[in-house]
Amino acid sequence: MASEAQGAKEGGLEFHPMDQFIVKPLFGGDEIAWYTITNVTLWMALAVIGITAMMVIGTSRRAMIPSRSQSIGELAYGFIYKMVEDVAGKDAVKFFPYIMTLFMFIVFANFLGLLPMSFTTTSHFAVTITLALLVFVTVTVVGFVKNGAAFLGLFWVSSAPLALRPILAVIEVISYFVRPVSHSIRLAGNVMAGHAVIKVFAGFAALAVVSPLSIVAITAMYGLEVLVAFIQAYVFTILTCVYLKDALHPSH
Amino acid sequence: MEGELAHIGAGLAGLGTGLAALGVGNVAANFLAGALRNPSAAASQTATLFIGIAFAEALGIFSFLVALLLMFAV
Repeated sequence: MASEAQGAKEGGLEFHPMDQFIVKPLFGGDEIAWYTITNVTLWMALAVIGITAMMVIGTSRRAMIPSRSQSIGELAYGFIYKMVEDVAGKDAVKFFPYIMTLFMFIVFANFLGLLPMSFTTTSHFAVTITLALLVFVTVTVVGFVKNGAAFLGLFWVSSAPLALRPILAVIEVISYFVRPVSHSIRLAGNVMAGHAVIKVFAGFAALAVVSPLSIVAITAMYGLEVLVAFIQAYVFTILTCVYLKDALHPSH
Repeated sequence: MEGELAHIGAGLAGLGTGLAALGVGNVAANFLAGALRNPSAAASQTATLFIGIAFAEALGIFSFLVALLLMFAV
């Protein structure tokens, strides 16, 4: 991979900040087929186990006075339920399980990636493009199933003068198809950029002269990464709700 | 020559990231100005604020991504 051949040379150091994103098979062997257990598989499984532990096992006792795990689970549930209801409307509540799954998976994957020596599955475009593409396909199918051909009214801007409408329709169609692109790249880019910056600053910590400054910078970037991890999950979810609202009630 | 041009390109892409900072500041500043005029309506618009910030920041991240790709994958 080019990143291994061409690391940056910093006064005698060679560091490879992008090596942390390499997908490696866990049980030896060099080739990665679709069935190989890789570090991506491991960290996705850990995210699922974490979500199950918090939401399923934590709330299994259904205590009136919630335990810590149950109250966090209830907070997350209420937060996303309110978001779906407010943004996408009451009839979008039947999509709540899907949206909750998206949010919990992205939050857990992002936060697990913050542990030292771990791997962030959402920093890979393959993962986020899959999530965004599924959202796009779901929203389009729901739009056509619920509204029929009237769904195409989403692209016909009736508040614009008649002469402009064909041009606007073309622009609207293009921006509709760009949605999964920006949806996926936003999440993967934010997470990957944050982790790469931390790795670059960490590379500087090997130089004795700048290492205190570098450690402070890493701590600051880490704090920003914690914020970004949550905000990006929230933004992914709220944009999914906005697209769902567009599909359920197409109007312009 | 390839390596040097790639590094110059990465530096230019860094300018794009700085412009994104201007954009995000714009969104946040307008929200703040509106929120200080009408504090009771501000709480309902925090969702819109975050969406606006995310859109503006996404483009900066695309630019940063180009810089990273040029530095480490070309």
